[in-house]
Amino acid sequence: MVAGSATGRPAGDANDEPEGTQAMSEVEVLEAVKPESSPATRGGPNLSATTAPRARVVARDVHVYYGETHALKGIDLDIHKNEVVSFIGPSGCGKSTFLRCINRMNDVIEGCRVTGEITLDGQDIYARELDVVQLRARVGMVFQKPNPFPKSIYDNVAYGPRIHGLAGSKDVLDGIVEGSLKRAGLWNEVKDRLKEPGTGLSGGQQQRLCIARAIAVNPEVILMDEPCSALDPIATARIEELIDELRENFTIVIVTHSMQQAARVSQRTAFFHLGNLVEWGETEQIFTMPNDERTQGYITGRFG
Amino acid sequence: MASRDISETHDWFSDSARLHIKRRHAADRRLRLYGIGAIGLAIGLLAVLLGSLILSGHSAFVQTMVPLEIYVDPDAVEPDNVGGGNYRKLVRDAFQDLMPGEMSRTKQRAYLDMLSSGAPFMLRDRVVSNPSLIGQTVSISVPFADPIDQFHKGITPRDVPEAQRRVSDLQIGYYDQLLERGLISAPFNWTLFTAADSRFPEMAGLAGALVGSFYALLVCFLISFPVGIAAAIYLEEFARKNRWSDLIEVNINNLAAVPSVVFGLLGLAVFIGFFGLPRSAPLVGGMVLSLMTLPTIIIATRAALKAVPPSIREAAFGIGASRHQVVMHHVLPLAMPGILTGTIIGLAQALGETAPLLLIGMNAFITSAPGGLTDPATALPTQIFIWADSPERGFVARTSAAILVLIGFLIIMNAIAIFLRQKLERKW
Ligand SMILES: Nc1ncnc2c1ncn2[C@@H]1O[C@H](COP(=O)(O)OP(=O)(O)O)[C@@H](O)[C@H]1O
Ligand SMILES: [Mg+2]
Repeated sequence: MVAGSATGRPAGDANDEPEGTQAMSEVEVLEAVKPESSPATRGGPNLSATTAPRARVVARDVHVYYGETHALKGIDLDIHKNEVVSFIGPSGCGKSTFLRCINRMNDVIEGCRVTGEITLDGQDIYARELDVVQLRARVGMVFQKPNPFPKSIYDNVAYGPRIHGLAGSKDVLDGIVEGSLKRAGLWNEVKDRLKEPGTGLSGGQQQRLCIARAIAVNPEVILMDEPCSALDPIATARIEELIDELRENFTIVIVTHSMQQAARVSQRTAFFHLGNLVEWGETEQIFTMPNDERTQGYITGRFG
Repeated sequence: MASRDISETHDWFSDSARLHIKRRHAADRRLRLYGIGAIGLAIGLLAVLLGSLILSGHSAFVQTMVPLEIYVDPDAVEPDNVGGGNYRKLVRDAFQDLMPGEMSRTKQRAYLDMLSSGAPFMLRDRVVSNPSLIGQTVSISVPFADPIDQFHKGITPRDVPEAQRRVSDLQIGYYDQLLERGLISAPFNWTLFTAADSRFPEMAGLAGALVGSFYALLVCFLISFPVGIAAAIYLEEFARKNRWSDLIEVNINNLAAVPSVVFGLLGLAVFIGFFGLPRSAPLVGGMVLSLMTLPTIIIATRAALKAVPPSIREAAFGIGASRHQVVMHHVLPLAMPGILTGTIIGLAQALGETAPLLLIGMNAFITSAPGGLTDPATALPTQIFIWADSPERGFVARTSAAILVLIGFLIIMNAIAIFLRQKLERKW
């Protein structure tokens, strides 16, 4: 990686702004930034094509168009193994769009066109021979609004393994369901009512059920699009804890509107603005010494 | 600032402001009254329609009968030719026995004409189904002929000159005697539901039409349900939005608005003319009706598919379900209540449809219920059409009764549709 190669505006500017100090102190108080986070990898227009060997997802010059709308304008980004990357930025800047590029959920949207290259473990996910169904099993997704199927809790979790033929027998499937619910921190709450509908759970439980459903097929990457925006603070805290635990086994990309959340759960942060990836790097660095004026403005609350 | 100007100059409690508010409230009330008036008119018309049908049709639900004790003479009915026996004589003799004493030939003819010409067939059916009755005495209630039936029900008045009614004074005399002896009763008219069409109103029933309508609707359902759902799924889930899909959409909507008689002509030309399918058959009727039901089902299914929240599709796609799995495992089951509702409403429309069935000959005079899809048959609406066209006085009430039966089925089907919608449709 070309650590520190990118040049930005001196980050010290931020300290002059009263809002800036406030935002920073929040970050410090929360002690969110994980010490074991990866070495600084700063993005920018002049990012070199070399990628770290442990980069899971590599995006190069990704453009997305919705009909005439140019929603993403050349994104270059690496997402590493077993790390949590958060995407921040004002509404409509393309965070969700980029997230959906990684598991090709954009394919479903009519009039959506993606150019550029995205690889998962070195494999071009937009290659003709790649099976998109398999890709989505390898890259799971959790949505903004909890969307369990109107089926039983058990069937919600078992659905993925079933359609992908991962469980040969009922016992194996039972094991997968139990394991996934445990990893999603939901097992104790639902183990006595697996046959009840998943839609009967509380919002936070539903979202953890959706996480269990996603991890039941043992994906490599989990994409989360504002997973806590419909939840109350306690449910949010549980999900954040969960994300931290899941990091051990999965690579996680999370879109969030909450600076604190980004700071608490992620090792690296990417800031999007008007379809551009303005800046990306270690979460601590982004929040304390952003290189770009726009990042600075956003995290200090001047727009967004 | 402009807003301040207004708040300073405008007095919300001035007379003109009060008048303004009053006018607005009056307009609200007027609009409400118009609405209530419109609904009242609609319900009133419906009540008039139903009321007149019940008024004219209720008498067809009972039938004037006379009980007979008939000795099934082995001389008249040979055991090895049960169907060919002289039942007419048996019935006439038994009826004659009710009125002892000598009668002139004219009087006898007038007396015997009071009995339905269909009565011998009832006895025959009874004996054919149970040949051991030969040599025994059978108790059987047989219907009177239509004029006596109408007279008993008070539809034919007594106090008019003899020439103006179809019941002679002589017959009225016999009628009064029989009535006095308690030999005339008017039980529920099961014949209306168990018999097929007949030239004699007292023997005519809707069984043939009911079975014919059932077969036609069955064929209609078997064709339009799968085809309609498949078409709707393709249009809603697979087809890309472009000029072609717009064209198809416009055409389907237009198809729903095509006058039904056109479908009848099409059925006549294509199914009967070109493919050589039999005339008057419920198979062809069902095929023609399915052409009309298809757009209804497609439109209802598309609406039901659209109503499934996108979050369910996203969830399924997100876990790696293929398009087929998304549709079959998630979208279609959730849309099913809406689809079924639409289908039942479509079938109810098809049940009442007359014109296309007339064109393919389902208004034939057929005296037995169809045994299969290709047997000639009538349907409920065409049976109504036939009866409405028949001169016999008894068919007037039967026409109304048949309409009531048809409306009853329509109400039941719509009630099922509403029930499904309320019970099964998921609320998000
Ligand atoms: N399905 C879509 N069709 C058309 N335009 C879309 C669609 N989804 C997103 N966009 C547009 O793409 C841009 C980026 O949207 P999005 O990725 O949802 O932003 P974010 O998640 O950062 O709020 C917006 O301008 C939005 O209007
Ligand atoms: Mg978004």
